[in-house]
Amino acid sequence: MSIEDIKKEFPIFNNKIQNNDLVYLDSANSSQKPQVVVDRIYDFYTKEFSNVGRSIHYLAVAATNLYENTRTLVQKYINAKDKNEIVFTKGATEAINLVANTFGQKHLNAGDEILLTELEHHSNYVPWHYLRKSKGVKIKFAEMDENGDVTLETIEKNITDKTKIIAITHLSNVTGAILPVKEITKLAHSKNIPVLIDGCQGAPHLKLDMQDLDCDFYAISCHKMYGPTGLGILYAKKKWLEELPPYQGGGGMIREVKKEGITFGELPNKYEAGTMATAQVIAFGESIKFINKIGIENIEKHERELTVYGEEVLRKNNSVKLIGNPKDKGSVLSFTLDGVHPHDIATILDEDGVAIRAGHHCCQILHEKLGLSATARASLGVYNTKDDLEQLNESLNKCKKIFS
Amino acid sequence: MDLKELYQEIILEHGKNPRNLGKFENFNKDAEGYNPLCGDKVHVYLKLNENKEIEDISFEGHGCAISMASASIMTELMKDKKNPEVKEILNDFLSMIKQNPELKSQLIKEDEKTKLMSLSGVKQYPMRVKCATIAWHALAAAMSYKKDENDSEKFI
Repeated sequence: MSIEDIKKEFPIFNNKIQNNDLVYLDSANSSQKPQVVVDRIYDFYTKEFSNVGRSIHYLAVAATNLYENTRTLVQKYINAKDKNEIVFTKGATEAINLVANTFGQKHLNAGDEILLTELEHHSNYVPWHYLRKSKGVKIKFAEMDENGDVTLETIEKNITDKTKIIAITHLSNVTGAILPVKEITKLAHSKNIPVLIDGCQGAPHLKLDMQDLDCDFYAISCHKMYGPTGLGILYAKKKWLEELPPYQGGGGMIREVKKEGITFGELPNKYEAGTMATAQVIAFGESIKFINKIGIENIEKHERELTVYGEEVLRKNNSVKLIGNPKDKGSVLSFTLDGVHPHDIATILDEDGVAIRAGHHCCQILHEKLGLSATARASLGVYNTKDDLEQLNESLNKCKKIFS
Repeated sequence: MDLKELYQEIILEHGKNPRNLGKFENFNKDAEGYNPLCGDKVHVYLKLNENKEIEDISFEGHGCAISMASASIMTELMKDKKNPEVKEILNDFLSMIKQNPELKSQLIKEDEKTKLMSLSGVKQYPMRVKCATIAWHALAAAMSYKKDENDSEKFI
């Protein structure tokens, strides 16, 4: 499939945004949705809707099968060993909260250390922060180097005999650094430390293989993967899901409920309390099929080429300073423009239909380290083209002109 | 929407060369305005005498052209103003940014009105309204004004 053909699958690009063609460079924030995903939500609600896993009527059984089909699709997509290692959550944020809460409850005590990195999104810091108060744990941050990277050596340096879990990003949403997560996991496991990977930016762009990666937990955000909002996935090794306590209580996750006490359900129900985001789960199956149709390797190749091209274009622009020059870089281009605040850049670009993000991108620790309160960020998806990056540069020149 | 309306000459000029920038000694009131959305900060410092008159005013901070220009224009305007006047102008400005087509207060001179109205372009950009008001909210806090329960943009 050519990029032109792929782009046609996304209905948003048929619309004018303030009389302009949309140049969407905010996929690290959330990706656009292909027609198949939108249609699947509509079809489910209009022809097939029922709650799942409860009633035994025709629609309920069919909906349950569709829901479980997505679990199997995800399992295959990330090469997990068992389909019950896939837990649906309301987002990657909830997936990380689930681990911080249950793992923290069972395995963390005062004085224990949690190792994060300075690259982390707030959603892979704030959930752990609560354990400081409730458990008296200490949080350490492996340092980001001048290239916006966190190396294996830095992780190793920060591990002590008190380190109880390592929680790190797969791909930084600001510097674009792709961390050596497999090597970090290997190192951590040699010291009996489990590893959680925040895969919000990794999953949409990189081929995943949980059995090869061997991490204990991997959090995925579905809306960044051409899927619906309100849905995330926690991959966790079965031994953890069996051993850790339930997260939320409610319907669907119990086995037997009596006045004297409660027993909990089997996997995966144990971690899916209440009515889940059924339509989103079923539609996300279409997102996986859509990615599979193109091939994640092809998506990665296309985005890597564009990232290099984008860097070239922006480097030629003397007023632009790129943020982050990591060894292995994903599809994120963060930058500053001399004399123009990122918010002013975003507003001016928006007039040309160029959608970027400006601010701290939920990474205040990282921005403090950079000595900047805000940066501008262009991030890529499968539908982006070289023309989009040319337009970005042209609109940046317009910013310069206004502020000259 | 028109970018020229948002980024008027006055704003660009004040954004580039903000007046009353930097903390001064012997201030006796101060407060910080913060926009959690973008991380922008404006810290307002006042020297308030016993008559509740602003003898001196300055600000420190970092942010976009709109927030810096707004802080700069506000500090210029508020110097030597007394308490009830400060409140009246502040509320008038916030109402204008929110809904009113123009400034109503008789306390604001014509040339000052022109400067303040240069910020009215943000009305077209709801995400940027906070940029234009951050310094003003910090000033309200430094003056210990209370928010009107029925109107979150009005101080009493």
